[in-house]
Amino acid sequence: MNVLILTILIGLGSSVAGYLGSLTGLGGGFIIIPMLTLAFGVDIRYAIGTSLIAVIATSSGAAAAYVREGFSNIRIGMFLEIATTAGAVVGAFLALRLPTHAIAVIFGLVLMNSAYLSSRPQDESGRPQASDRFAVLLKMNGTYPTPHGPKSYGVRSVPAGFGLMAIAGVLSGLLGIGSGAVKVLAMDQAMRLPFKVSTATSNFMIGVTAAASAGIYLNKGYIDPVLTMPVVLGVLIGSMLGARHLFGVETRKLRTIFGAVIVVLAAQMIYSGLKGWIIK
Amino acid sequence: MDNKMNTAVPASVNHRMEVIIGALLRAGVVFSGSVVFLGGLVYLSRHGFETVDYRVFQGEPEGLCHVGGIVKNALAMHGRGLIQLGLLFLIATPLSRVALSLFAFAYQRDKLYVAVTLFVLGVLVYSLLYR
Repeated sequence: MNVLILTILIGLGSSVAGYLGSLTGLGGGFIIIPMLTLAFGVDIRYAIGTSLIAVIATSSGAAAAYVREGFSNIRIGMFLEIATTAGAVVGAFLALRLPTHAIAVIFGLVLMNSAYLSSRPQDESGRPQASDRFAVLLKMNGTYPTPHGPKSYGVRSVPAGFGLMAIAGVLSGLLGIGSGAVKVLAMDQAMRLPFKVSTATSNFMIGVTAAASAGIYLNKGYIDPVLTMPVVLGVLIGSMLGARHLFGVETRKLRTIFGAVIVVLAAQMIYSGLKGWIIK
Repeated sequence: MDNKMNTAVPASVNHRMEVIIGALLRAGVVFSGSVVFLGGLVYLSRHGFETVDYRVFQGEPEGLCHVGGIVKNALAMHGRGLIQLGLLFLIATPLSRVALSLFAFAYQRDKLYVAVTLFVLGVLVYSLLYR
């Protein structure tokens, strides 16, 4: 296959991934790595590098929209980025040392877990009105827009959220993903932030987290320009279209289908990883 | 109640910061995407009918792995150098968002968050200049 045809095919696949990723809110990065490794036979190290760049592109694009709506909490995001960026650097160094088969298996497991996490129903009951002492000290409480004007919220358990964020950072740097599901878990479940604030702030943080390992990937030759070009452009175009259609389609049905696709892909990643491990 | 109000950041200041950050992110993505696209056109017009193989990981040539080499390659109008330069701009987009927040927190005289932001910026710069 020549470069031109490969570019067109990967570009098309990435647009579909970006489109579905933004419609379902699961992110397009999840599809990129299985697509490149399983369908195009790309080495997982190139796939990780490519995916990480795609994650920066989509999250920056989406964050631009979220930030203007006023849902993201910039202070919470910045404070937790201490944990995610430091974790991402650790994750990137781990990626350089771990055997590729192990990375494939871990990727599959994380993918399955993320599909499960994002399929749980949202529950907005029992949100705290007041922040605990640590959160007050860090000026984390804020407001978010509702049809009835701004509503204030409290923040809890910052240390637990911080710890989960460090894990999210390591996974992001190790696997070249945004690990948005773990980030949302940290803010939504541990810190008890409103769901919309959690998702918006998570998106806001994903780009910075990914950028923290991108330099190391670049230096180690994981980022191939010719492979990355169609993926970045495709995912960007796809996610822009997805955001535009967000209210036109039945997202619930789509999430279920997309979730099923993810589970199949994850199982295949684990299988191919284990197979390579044993045969080698 | 009054005391509590004083420690909170005025909503208007936060909102202005959000609008500027949003515009910066959007501009960064559009600009770097355009550079990547341009580089892609240059590369495909010259090498479109060659074959590539990504099955075996070889790593990238030295000139496409760090900031100095990439800039040099891009200025020579090499397709791959241009794409890589666009990707560098893309990586720099969240970095400039953090840098902008640094100024915003300094303007609000928020020493705690100036320190937090400096740490995050330090990690990002370390990664980008890692050799």
